[in-house]
Amino acid sequence: MSFDLLGNALVSGLLIGGFYAAVTIGVSISFGMLDIVNIAHPAFIILGSYIAYIANSTWGVDPILACVVMLPAFHLLGMAIYYVYDVAFERRGDTSIRGLAFFFGLLFITEVVLVLVFGVDYRLVEAPYIGPTLHIGEIDLPLRLLVPCVVSLLLIGLLQLYMSRTFIGRAVQAVAQDPTALRLMAANPSRIKRIAFGLSIATASVAGAFLIIIQPVEPSIGRDYIGRVFAICVMGGLGSFAGSVVAAMILGIVESLTATFYGPSWAPAVAFGFLLITLAARPAGIFGRQ
Amino acid sequence: MRNTTFILLLILVAGAVFGIARLINNAYVFFAGYVVLQYVVLATAWNILGGYTGYVNFGIAAFFAMGAYTTVVLHKIAPMPLPLMMLIGGGVSGVIGLGTGYLTLRLRGTYFAIATLAMAVVVQTLITNWSFVGGSRGAYIVRPAEAPFFAGDYIQYLFLVMLGLSVISVAIARAIEHSRLGYGFAAIRDDEGAAEASGVPTLRLKLIATALSGGFMGMAGAPLPYYVTYLDPASGFSLSYAVNTIAMPLIGGTESWFGPIIGAVLLGTLQQVATVTISSALSLLIVGLLLVAFVIAAPKGILGWFKR
Repeated sequence: MSFDLLGNALVSGLLIGGFYAAVTIGVSISFGMLDIVNIAHPAFIILGSYIAYIANSTWGVDPILACVVMLPAFHLLGMAIYYVYDVAFERRGDTSIRGLAFFFGLLFITEVVLVLVFGVDYRLVEAPYIGPTLHIGEIDLPLRLLVPCVVSLLLIGLLQLYMSRTFIGRAVQAVAQDPTALRLMAANPSRIKRIAFGLSIATASVAGAFLIIIQPVEPSIGRDYIGRVFAICVMGGLGSFAGSVVAAMILGIVESLTATFYGPSWAPAVAFGFLLITLAARPAGIFGRQ
Repeated sequence: MRNTTFILLLILVAGAVFGIARLINNAYVFFAGYVVLQYVVLATAWNILGGYTGYVNFGIAAFFAMGAYTTVVLHKIAPMPLPLMMLIGGGVSGVIGLGTGYLTLRLRGTYFAIATLAMAVVVQTLITNWSFVGGSRGAYIVRPAEAPFFAGDYIQYLFLVMLGLSVISVAIARAIEHSRLGYGFAAIRDDEGAAEASGVPTLRLKLIATALSGGFMGMAGAPLPYYVTYLDPASGFSLSYAVNTIAMPLIGGTESWFGPIIGAVLLGTLQQVATVTISSALSLLIVGLLLVAFVIAAPKGILGWFKR
C-alpha cells in the first residue's frame, strides 16, 4: 500500500464527505427534526441537477448559481408537498405505511418523468473549476470536489446559524423537541413544519448542483443516495447538523478507501454496512444524545 | 368459509383460469398472464408483512432477485426440477429477510423500511460483482429442452407453476388472517406497545412475517431466469418490481387477502396493455401516479369502497 495513494484516498474522501453532508442536511431537517421520512429526497436532488444542467447547457450559467436562484422555487415545492402530506397523512395519523408509500411514489414519478423528458443518457455541466486540480505535495485537490465541499460547509454553517438565531429557526427546533407542547402554547406546528420542510427541499436544489459538478447524472442515480443519506443521518444523531457533517466525512473516507483498495463497484455496499451496524449497535447515532 | 373449502374453491378458480388460457390458445396470453400471476404472488407476499403487521418493505427487488439468482446458480451447478429450485430460492430470500429483520425490527418501523431500501442497493452490488452469475454483463439461461407437460411448451409450464404458487400464497395469506398468528399481526399493526404489554411476542411475530413475506418473493423470482432467458442485475433489481408490488396491495386494499389480488390483476393487466399500446415507461408512470392518488384519496383501497 503506497502512502500517497492512501493520502489521496483520505483527502478525496473528506471532500466527498463535505458533499454528502449537503445531500444529507435536507434529510436531517425532514427526518431528524420533523419526523417525516422523506425517502424521495434524493429524487429532488436529481431534479436540482437537471435544472443546473438546463441552465448550464442553454445559457452557460454556473450550476451552483443556477440552483441558488432556484432556491425559492424548491422552497415552495417543499411547502406544497408538506401541505399534501399533512392533510392526507399526518392528520389521519397514517404516516407509517401510506405516508412512506406516498414519498416512494413521488421518488418513482420524478424518476420516470425525468427519464421520459431527458432519456437515460448521462448529463454533465461545464464550469471553470471542473477540470483543474491543485497539488499540495503528493496530495491532489481536484477543484471539482473542493468547490462543492467548501460551499456545502458554508451553507450548512449558515443553516445552523439560521436555526439557532432566528425566530423561525428556533420554532423549528421547538417542533423537533415537542410538537404537543408547542400546540399547548397555541402555536401551530403544521405551519412551522411546512416552512421547515420547504427549507429541507430547498437544500436539495443546491445539493443537486454539487452532484452534477462531481459526477455525470442520470435519472436513476438518486437511488444510490437513499442508503447513504439515511446512514449518515442516523449515524450523526437525528437532526444534529454537526453530527451529520462528521458522519458524512467518515462515510466519505471509508467509501473512498474501499473504492481505492477494493474497486469502485464495491463502494455502494459500504453505506448499507454503516447503516446496519449503526441501527443494530447504536440507533441514537454516534453523537446522539439519548 | 373453512380453509379447506376455500382452498378447493381457489383451485377451481385457478383451474378455470388455466382452462380459459388454454382455450384462447395464444402464446402471448401465457406470456402476459405469467407476469400478472407473478405480481399476485409478490403483492400477496408484501401484504403479509405490510398489510397485516404494518411494516413497509421496500426491498422487494432484492428478495425477488435473490430467488432469481439462486436459480441461476443452481442451474449452473446442479440442474433440478423448477419447483425444487423455487423452494431453495424462497429459502434463501426468507433467510435474508430474517437477517435484515433481526437487525432492524426492534427499532421503529421506519428504520426497517429504510434498511430494506438500502439493502436492495447492496444485494445488487454483490450480484454485480459476482462474476459466477454473470456480474454486470448478466447471465444467459438455456431453458430445458422439454417441459414436463404440454408437449414441451415451456411458457405454459411456467404459467402453471406460477398459478400454483399464487394458489399457495393466497391460501396461506388467508389462513393467517384468521389464525392466532394473524391476530398477533393485527395487534402489532394497531398498537405495538399495547401488544407487547399484553404479552404478544412482537419481535418473533414480526420475524415470522418478514421471513414468510421474503420467502414468497424469492419463490416468485425463482422461475424468472427461465422466463426471460437472460438476466442482468439492472433488470432483475429494477425499481418497477418494488413500485408495482407496493402499489398493488395499497390500491386493492391492505386489510384482507383479496385486496392484493384485485390490485395485481387490475394493475398487472393495465400495465401489460399499456406497455403494448403506449410505452413501458409511460405505463410505469401510470402506476406511480395511481399509487400516490390512492394513498391520498382512498386510504382503504378499492376494497374500502365496498365496505361502508
